[in-house]
Amino acid sequence: MNIIETSHMSYDYIKYDEEGNAAGRTRAIRDVSLSVKPGQFIAILGHNGSGKSTLAKHINALLVPTEGTVVVDGKNTSDAANVWDVRQCAGMVFQNPDNQIIGQVVEEDVGFGPENMGVPTEEIWQRVEESLKAVGMYAYRKYSPNKLSGGQKQRVSIAGVLAMHPKCIVLDEPTAMLDPNGRKDVIRAARALNQVEGITILLITHYMEEVIYADTVLVMDGGEVVMQGTPREIFSQVERLKELRLDVPQVTLLAYELKKSGLPLPDGILTADELAAELKKVGPAR
Amino acid sequence: MIREITLGQYYQTQSVLHGLDSRVKLVGTLTYILSLFVVNNFLGYLLAAVFLAICILLSHVPFRYMIKGMKAVLFLMLFAATLNLFLTPGEAVVRIWKLQITDAGIAMAAKMAIRLTLLIIGSSLMTLTTTPNHLTDGLESLLGPFKKWKVPVHEVAMMMSIALRFIPILLEETDKIMKAQIARGADFDSGNLLQKAKAMVPLLVPLFVAAFRRANDLALAMEARCYRGGEGRTKMKPLVYHTNDYLAYAVLAIYLTVLIVAGRILQL
Repeated sequence: MNIIETSHMSYDYIKYDEEGNAAGRTRAIRDVSLSVKPGQFIAILGHNGSGKSTLAKHINALLVPTEGTVVVDGKNTSDAANVWDVRQCAGMVFQNPDNQIIGQVVEEDVGFGPENMGVPTEEIWQRVEESLKAVGMYAYRKYSPNKLSGGQKQRVSIAGVLAMHPKCIVLDEPTAMLDPNGRKDVIRAARALNQVEGITILLITHYMEEVIYADTVLVMDGGEVVMQGTPREIFSQVERLKELRLDVPQVTLLAYELKKSGLPLPDGILTADELAAELKKVGPAR
Repeated sequence: MIREITLGQYYQTQSVLHGLDSRVKLVGTLTYILSLFVVNNFLGYLLAAVFLAICILLSHVPFRYMIKGMKAVLFLMLFAATLNLFLTPGEAVVRIWKLQITDAGIAMAAKMAIRLTLLIIGSSLMTLTTTPNHLTDGLESLLGPFKKWKVPVHEVAMMMSIALRFIPILLEETDKIMKAQIARGADFDSGNLLQKAKAMVPLLVPLFVAAFRRANDLALAMEARCYRGGEGRTKMKPLVYHTNDYLAYAVLAIYLTVLIVAGRILQL
């Protein structure tokens, strides 16, 4: 069974005038159908306003589709009775780390989700410990969140979601406000959860370097899914990505330019090691 | 620098008083304040002062931290004492022009000063030994019975703790906006009071906008983590009374009894 299943889903943002009447509609998502299998690592790319964050909010039932359906773990999000089950099953991490930490101490914040779910006290402590260890923040459990760096705060946010024992975590541009080191730590934590715990990850980002480990990459533009495939498949279409105002990873771009100027390289090279290996193959022949 | 501001005036150390349940300390402080108003003789004040001194010794908090709280209300205290000194009717001791200081006035002023001093030191002892977090928890628990009458106790406690969490963040934001506006030529320091107040507008407007945006984000994040009010919520750190807490209640009861008995004996 698929963990996330959307069929012909669309969403309209409605603009209201001063009297509170609907004055205009903006379609943020058009006819998106996708299915995610448990344990997958999905990356969603797209420039600003492509509808990727709106899509993310649907997985967590923060928004419900105007048309079509979203089914998370067998539960339709449009049914109000399912809301809390859906939110427990699909956790969400947001962009700004400061605006999603509720507790004044790291461990208290991680315990917030389980508290809301009515988990018994002893089990909360157990879950908090496990979650903080899983993201490598256990040593900071007594700290005030204000004393942590952006990357550390974001890992605390992930632990906070993890403590709710979700099957799926949606990360909505979790690295947009972080420095390169913090970015690496957060992505590493997300990958570890995917590989070790088998949690389904939906990573929304506009940093191309972060998506090369994904099983599937979706590219969104104007509310539609315009490209879908493995990172290699996606990044071999450099021209198409440029049309969509997206960058490709620097290594991929370098390989692409080298190929254009005549070197016999394969399409969609993703890492520096790969490029080096391919160049060695090419080297002696010349 | 602005990041270093500590909230409340909690003094971090290990002591019997720090370890007590926040409910005990809240009830204790309230009882102590009430006892100061019930008692009306110097022996009672002496007892109250001794009791407070013992508590201060137990708290391991340096005495100068208690005095800090006094500075803010020193003027109020002097004002009240002076008024009492001159305006209480009784037998005149000293006469200056039309004003007279009476014996009853002296007693009244002294009592007033002692009462206020003990009151302020007593309540700052509570905030010095309890984190704002624990205080909120204690308040929520003590006010719990009011939920029956639809008083939103949990919601108010949640608001208080979120406010505490966001004070340093908003301070930092203020600092940032201030620097950004100074870079654009804003002047916050010169001019008279009115001009200074006007200069605050370009600071306050973006700050409010940012605060609302943050509130919106936070509400979304709380909902995403299944927050749906106090109903059916469990506690990660539930308040539990330990032996020490019961002992503290007992000590409090003894203090009250002694105080009342002493007052009666004096009247006889």
